[in-house]
Amino acid sequence: MESLKDIIKRCEEISFDLNFTRAKEWKSQDDSRVIVGHMPIYFPREIIHAVGGLCVGILGGGDKKQIIKGDAYYQSYICHMPRSIIEMVLDGHFEGFDGFIFPSICDVIRNLSGMFLLVGKGKFIKYLDYPQNFKSHIGGEFYQKELQHVLNQVYKLNNVELTQERLNNSIQLFNKNRELIKKIYDIRQQTPWRLTAADVYHIVRAGYMIPVEEHNLILENVVQHIQEDIGDNLDKIRVLVIGAFCEQPPIGLIKTIEMAGCYIVEDDFLLGSRWIQKDIENANSEDGLLNTLSEAYLNHSTFSSSIYDVDNPKEARLLKLMKERKVDGIIFAAPSFCDPALLDHPILQKACDDNNVRYISFLFSENTGQFKVIKEQVGTFSDSIKLWE
Amino acid sequence: MSKKVKKEKSMIIQKEMIASLFKELSTAKETGKKVVYTFVPGNISELIRAFDMLPVYPEINALQSGMRKKSRDFIRDAEKIGHSEDVCTYVKCDVGMMINGNIGPTGEKIPDPDLLLLSYTGCFTFMKWFETLERLYPGVPVALLHTPYQEAQKITPEMTEYMVKQLKEEVIPKMEKVSGKKYDEEKLKKILVNTNKVEEYMVKIFETTKNKPSPIDAYFAGVYYIGPINIGFRGTEEAVHYYEELYKEILERVEKGLGPITPEGEMKEEKFRLVVEGPPNWTHFREFWKIFYDMGAVIVASSYTKVGGVYDNGFRVNPEKPLESLAKYCMNCYTNLNLEQRVDLLSDCITNYDADGFLVNSIKSCNSFSAGQLMIMQQLERKLEIPVGFVESDLVDPRYFSYSNIKNRLESFFQMLEQRKLILGN
Ligand code: SF4
Ligand code: SF4
Repeated sequence: MESLKDIIKRCEEISFDLNFTRAKEWKSQDDSRVIVGHMPIYFPREIIHAVGGLCVGILGGGDKKQIIKGDAYYQSYICHMPRSIIEMVLDGHFEGFDGFIFPSICDVIRNLSGMFLLVGKGKFIKYLDYPQNFKSHIGGEFYQKELQHVLNQVYKLNNVELTQERLNNSIQLFNKNRELIKKIYDIRQQTPWRLTAADVYHIVRAGYMIPVEEHNLILENVVQHIQEDIGDNLDKIRVLVIGAFCEQPPIGLIKTIEMAGCYIVEDDFLLGSRWIQKDIENANSEDGLLNTLSEAYLNHSTFSSSIYDVDNPKEARLLKLMKERKVDGIIFAAPSFCDPALLDHPILQKACDDNNVRYISFLFSENTGQFKVIKEQVGTFSDSIKLWE
Repeated sequence: MSKKVKKEKSMIIQKEMIASLFKELSTAKETGKKVVYTFVPGNISELIRAFDMLPVYPEINALQSGMRKKSRDFIRDAEKIGHSEDVCTYVKCDVGMMINGNIGPTGEKIPDPDLLLLSYTGCFTFMKWFETLERLYPGVPVALLHTPYQEAQKITPEMTEYMVKQLKEEVIPKMEKVSGKKYDEEKLKKILVNTNKVEEYMVKIFETTKNKPSPIDAYFAGVYYIGPINIGFRGTEEAVHYYEELYKEILERVEKGLGPITPEGEMKEEKFRLVVEGPPNWTHFREFWKIFYDMGAVIVASSYTKVGGVYDNGFRVNPEKPLESLAKYCMNCYTNLNLEQRVDLLSDCITNYDADGFLVNSIKSCNSFSAGQLMIMQQLERKLEIPVGFVESDLVDPRYFSYSNIKNRLESFFQMLEQRKLILGN
């Protein structure tokens, strides 16, 4: 078995390969294969997988992409991620991609879909309107039509039809993927010293770049390794980090938090990979092939800034999650100028205040390079919690 | 420029309409009228009125707070309770106003909502805004109407069907419960007959800017013209009367060859004709406007006046298909158009109204408008080869209005327009 160190090294390379080498290589092996890029947060990758496609996550350039042209497309008061994505478009990083999916999470992503249209990128652009109505015959039906629209676009490119068998195979693979990621989080909750949060990040992010079959093998190996009693338990508090579900925190930031006296045992960095909280049931043609995916979205989505929580208040869900993960405090870390994350924070923080949950908050940008202030802030936070106990 | 400003009859009518609405709101608790908070884009006030309820628009409250110079303190108060500096200032201004007693522009308290109608068109922040309000008014029901985006440059039957279902099964039942009244489709149809008339007038009014000189300013005065239709008078007799009168007055100006009315009287010479994209700044509205009219610049079309509905491309409500019409109306609001449609619409405005230049007023805290604006600008510049200008401000946060910066930029822009005119020889 590959050593944990080697797996992590491989994942580090894959997860930040802004040229999407593995995906392009995979596509080159068969003419009917397509690559579909999707922006955060969530997209049911199962459907692309089932029709011979590979869904690749587009998560911005992070601190790996220098912005030269992107600033001419965005004012300074708009978050950083779309400008690095545009920079990547202009520099040809997405050559070979067939389509792009823009989940409806905010106005910036929405308008970015229009920018892709205007620059004529991809053979199809789909702004995917996730329903805010959670009734099967209203929002569910609409959602299925949205997904069917994506499938129609892919069909035009490769003539591969969605069948029950193919879809169920994909559903099983992604169920497995979510289960393995959950296992890693569960093990880390008990023994966070066995793998750093940055390592987890790289391992999970690699899954946004390669076929799910390959990612599942990686995850299985990781799980095996971390079931062993490895690493040293350090005197750190356990925290939950929230707010970074779209523009991703730089790795330096994740490392800083852990170096400053915390174990990150829960986060929303790559939330899409854990969005569906339960196994998705197999599809059957009587109910419509897309029905179980739709029901999973309507009934088993996690809470998020992009969903109106009319009957399921997010603060209660955050507190529940916090209890489940047995964390000592919460770190609110949101990208600058991110309306969805930042408008949630007063609501969530009030719940923390009301329930004596300790928290700190700060802003970041995907290319933040200086962490001194954050390190001090987190260090003080960690010390104060340790003293308190 | 004549300094004497005579109030037109339409201005007086509008003032009376607003005063009566706020009066009605202030006595709503005594009269038993139910109050619905909702938004301007995707503003289905016809349905609210069909249940004899009264609409309140948090955005309008925010902009009025901006104009009344109260927004700075309101925003500060919202930031004190944890709202970030980086987010939409309308939300913070509204929250600040609410925690300071929710006193409206007429000095009377705006009643608490009986229903939060989250019809969110073209902007996700509306959704976050109501999540905040829902917690400030615990127990108030929320009716959510999700408007799909025109991502493929069109409204598909599925989109309409989705909206109509939401109206039938989500919005209307909640309205029935709150108002205690049954949904009366015939009543709604009658209201929509008036809406249709108003929409016709709106188009005719904004088309008068094709005249030279333009009889109106379609941005700075335009925001007053869209007032009644946006603040709850869609489909009312009063609105029909107001727009009829307004249109008559404008036609008179056209006949006399008069330019637009400004706060300092009539603009005498029309030097530049512009199309403007983006909302205005409310905290320094007069100063901002003055820079334009002092330079003889008139706005012949603006995207902002289409934020509560786009009628340029032929859309009108059809009273015979009431719910479908409301759905289509919501999907047709400006910020629900994708960027390509926005470019086309603005491009048509520039061409049809014979504009000399295109200007963006980019609002710091409004992603719905601002994200993508620079690309819209590039596209128009390339397509039409016209001068484009760019200024930045905020809606209601006075900290982001830099008069000298804006003036300098506009002066350079006007110089550019001047030079181009010289080169083109007109
Ligand atoms: S970081 Fe926030 S504002 Fe920016 S694209 Fe993502 S969700 Fe939208
Ligand atoms: S972001 Fe813009 S459109 Fe949305 S609520 Fe704020 S000001 Fe209005």
